[in-house]
Amino acid sequence: MLQSSVDRVAEATPRAITRRMHGLSDRALAWLFVAPSIVLLLAVNIFPLIWTIRLSFTNFRVNRPNAEVEFVGLKNYLSILSDRDIWLSMQATAHFLIWTIVLQVLIGFTLAYLINKKFRGNDLWTTIIVLPMMLSPAVVGNFWTFLYQPQIGLFNYAVGFLTGADPSSFSMIGDVSLAPWAIIIVDTWMWTPFVMLICLAGLRSIPASIYEAAECDRASKWRQFWTITVPLVLPFLMLAVLFRGIENFKMFDLVVQLTGGGPGSITELTSINLKREAFEKWRTGYASAYAVILFVTVFGLASIYVKALNKVKQR
Amino acid sequence: MNFRHIRSLAAFGALLAAGAASTGQASAKDLTLCWAAWDPANALVELSKDFEAKSGIKMKFEFVPWPNFADRMLNELNSGGKLCDLMIGDSQWIGGAAENGQYVKLNDFFDKEGIKMDDFIPATVVGYAEWPKNSPNYWALPAFGDVVGWSYRKDWFARPELQAKFKQKYGRDLAVPKTFAELKDIAEFFQKRQIDGKTVYGAAIYTERGSEGITMGAMDVLYSFGFQYDNPAKPYELEGYVNSAKAVKGLEFYKQLYDCCTPPGHSDAYMSEDIDAYKSGQVALHMNFAFTWPGINADANVGGDRSGYFPNPAGPDGVAFAQLGGQGISVVSASEKKDDALAYIKWFAQPEIQQKWWQMGGYSALRKVVEDPGFATSQPYAQTFLDSMAIVKDFWAEPSYASLLQAAQKRFHDYVVAGQGSAQDALDGLVKDWTQVFDDEGKY
Repeated sequence: MLQSSVDRVAEATPRAITRRMHGLSDRALAWLFVAPSIVLLLAVNIFPLIWTIRLSFTNFRVNRPNAEVEFVGLKNYLSILSDRDIWLSMQATAHFLIWTIVLQVLIGFTLAYLINKKFRGNDLWTTIIVLPMMLSPAVVGNFWTFLYQPQIGLFNYAVGFLTGADPSSFSMIGDVSLAPWAIIIVDTWMWTPFVMLICLAGLRSIPASIYEAAECDRASKWRQFWTITVPLVLPFLMLAVLFRGIENFKMFDLVVQLTGGGPGSITELTSINLKREAFEKWRTGYASAYAVILFVTVFGLASIYVKALNKVKQR
Repeated sequence: MNFRHIRSLAAFGALLAAGAASTGQASAKDLTLCWAAWDPANALVELSKDFEAKSGIKMKFEFVPWPNFADRMLNELNSGGKLCDLMIGDSQWIGGAAENGQYVKLNDFFDKEGIKMDDFIPATVVGYAEWPKNSPNYWALPAFGDVVGWSYRKDWFARPELQAKFKQKYGRDLAVPKTFAELKDIAEFFQKRQIDGKTVYGAAIYTERGSEGITMGAMDVLYSFGFQYDNPAKPYELEGYVNSAKAVKGLEFYKQLYDCCTPPGHSDAYMSEDIDAYKSGQVALHMNFAFTWPGINADANVGGDRSGYFPNPAGPDGVAFAQLGGQGISVVSASEKKDDALAYIKWFAQPEIQQKWWQMGGYSALRKVVEDPGFATSQPYAQTFLDSMAIVKDFWAEPSYASLLQAAQKRFHDYVVAGQGSAQDALDGLVKDWTQVFDDEGKY
């Protein structure tokens, strides 16, 4: 009679180990397997979070190891919430977040819709379009500073060529009114392909039979688009918005490379502002409170959004 | 356990022992010096070969580009890291590093080795070595004297057609400016002028937002216009000194200079951007630390007789000041090789090494070197360096300097580059920010 592989392993297992395992239930075994992950999660995620919350109620500064740490209650939270500069930073982040998402969804969906059509060179175009998102944000930020350079930059030259304006007459990253758009343009250039790929997955998941049935019912292309394509792609689109929203809320590297938060503080997003408080001014307690506020904001918004996403999926 | 296992275990043990031995050996004969990544650092690498040959200690270097230098190295000091045995840290770090025990106090060492602070340029001793300021407590040896000054296109200034046009417009010769008002005239004169078929611009000045750039630039003008950090009779009293009418005029002037006379896109420029603008022939005037001058002098496009150098001109009241740069060399408290690190400082302090340091492009702060009769004529910029070092002022060196600096960066950039609010608003805001910092420090 042929032995199963399980039997062979059981026979080969030393008796001492077998004896030890006999007393474990399935539940205990499951815990045994999950425990390392939980310990790791507690060590690198939960513990730092609890520690940050604790620090947020103190005046601790990491660069003053000898100074006495005092409990300051809600002082850090109150001074953050009443700080005009922090609200301006929140506004800058909201402006960046909303416009990048709007543009990336519109352009990403349009590109996905076009790429989804069968045409020669389809694969090549898809590869070319997704190239920007494969680059490092620091590299992208760096080379766009050259593209935006008023005297030698390709972007300024292109705008000058199209509008007849003098390319050196405007500075995308040095002008208060243009700099917020400069960072939006670069982020959109870099991350629209990501939205496009998710939308493409959504479009390709729609069975052709649904369109065929609609054709039989003589539904127009426009009607098919609004009643079949959009509702079925919507969960994918919402997922893309969630990913991009969370990513852009914590946007740092790209903007630091491009503008450093300037001119003035016009593109100083909350993550840049937080980094300055924590690692330039070394106000660790204050920065911890700031981080907690941002965490609660992102967590709250993401939770509401995920609920909405689930409702859309259930429809 | 069979013989094969024993043999493997023995081999592994031998490997571990060899590794441990080699680590121990390396730690005894290595010394790591941390500094910014710039031309003088390369010169120091060359200079240090003499120390390696004499001591048998191998020097390692950790150089970080200027924009990240403070972030990286202060992280290292604050975390008690052992990467650096020697630190050539910025002058403003001295207060924090001394009070937090990050640097070794050098008084006993100086006494033992006969190193006298009187032998160094007084401004560099106060700026780079002392904490508290003006007290005989030394935490560093002045290593690299530096100061903000100007280089200019001497060849353009000498052109008869430009001389004539300038005289016609301003009623005086096109020459090195004696006041900031004259400097602005010159910058305006060159702005968008065609020279040899190229459009050139007036001045490259500091406007950088992220680290310390715009503060280091604006302060040169503010000092010369009458800005003071606090009430000389009552420390930390800021109102009426930081935001005095003269200081407001100074900040307004800096903005005017930025608006009228900088190259396009010069909104986030510090040392490297300014030197690039100058060396590429874009600007007539160039604000920068003196460390850039040897490189300019040797440059194929703008070097030699094509460039001249001058210290900060005077403000409206006829007084001139310059922002101190430069650094002292300190022994890091967390280092396990303090004796070797002190041996390096002892070697570095020798007059013949300091002389060699100057010859290689490092600005020695030793008086014996800079007061030598031949020093002023030894390089085209040597006299300007001496003149500039005689008029220096430095930013706060308090333990909270980083907060004070970031506040100034924000206020100055918001007004000068972003054009938000007035100069009065910016300086009033700065008083508020700095008062808050000092209040948190328990200074009131």
